Amino acid sequence: MGVSSGPLLGGDGFLTTKISAVANWGRKNSLWPMAFGTACCAIEMMGAFSSRFDIARFGAETVRFSPRQADLMIVSGTITYKMASVCRRIYEQMPEPKWVIAMGSCTCGGGPFDSYAVVQGIDEFLPVDVYVGGCPPRPEALIDAVMKIQKKIDNEGPPIV
Amino acid sequence: MTSPPDPFDQIRERISGYILSESTFRGEISFAVGAESIVECCSLLKNTLGFTYLVDVTVVDYLTVKFPRYEVVYLLHRFGENYEENLRIRLKVALEQDDPAIDSVTPVWSGANWLEREAYDMFGITFRGHPDPRRILMPEDYDQFPLRKDFDVRDRESSKRSFERALDEGLE
Ligand code: SF4
Repeated sequence: MGVSSGPLLGGDGFLTTKISAVANWGRKNSLWPMAFGTACCAIEMMGAFSSRFDIARFGAETVRFSPRQADLMIVSGTITYKMASVCRRIYEQMPEPKWVIAMGSCTCGGGPFDSYAVVQGIDEFLPVDVYVGGCPPRPEALIDAVMKIQKKIDNEGPPIV
Repeated sequence: MTSPPDPFDQIRERISGYILSESTFRGEISFAVGAESIVECCSLLKNTLGFTYLVDVTVVDYLTVKFPRYEVVYLLHRFGENYEENLRIRLKVALEQDDPAIDSVTPVWSGANWLEREAYDMFGITFRGHPDPRRILMPEDYDQFPLRKDFDVRDRESSKRSFERALDEGLE
């Protein structure tokens, strides 16, 4: 990006940039999470959203429980196979571009539940962008994951239209 | 000085016709009841003896430890005026390994509905006359009974199949 101004323009400035840079800048600073909280990790996620940790500082405080209005799915909590089809359906209802954070050991790899009902990692059925380990991870860890998503968005190429 | 009357005496007397045996463990009383008379016994306990609250219906799978293999357990509670007058008893019904089935007590306590569905879901006990005999926790097309002792708890194949089917139906 470059900002220029000169007498030639009558004092007004102009900006040279790429469309992808502007789009990515907008996207990364206004992530709207779809909070898919199914168990204990959801409590830490709520902690990250509320005033003490305040994920709003990173532009991701607008939690939408409608997938149509969200672009970041935060899966926090144990996912059973019965829930997995719901989770996948909700993911598919989100408009592109979209990202997924797997929050907690359960979503990363089953956590303490090596059992018949629990999915051993949501990457069995979702494309995960960032994994956050911990049982549960602290809110700082979730914020770190959001920042990693932001970096990832920054590096994305021109949008395919 | 005479000791205070045992509150269980009256109960014991009234349901004596249904009791096969009795055992006490740390002050908790269990009665073994025959499968064929469970509904009669339960309606008597509820309507005449005041056991209005069915706390839980659950099952024990003894597999090779004991014969018969299954035991359906009913935990009943009677509320008293004072704390000491609260009573809790346990009914146990032994069921055979092949095709275990018992009459539903949902007509007696409607709260038994979901409890029996869970017992069916986890142990495969059929409750005859149940108004809604579907699975309650596992997917409806799931084909195992996960709390049976001969089920491998790490066996995820059936869950995966149910998941794939749910996915296919959802994406149509
Ligand atoms: S990772 Fe731990 S804290 Fe998080 S949902 Fe699983 S069991 Fe709960």
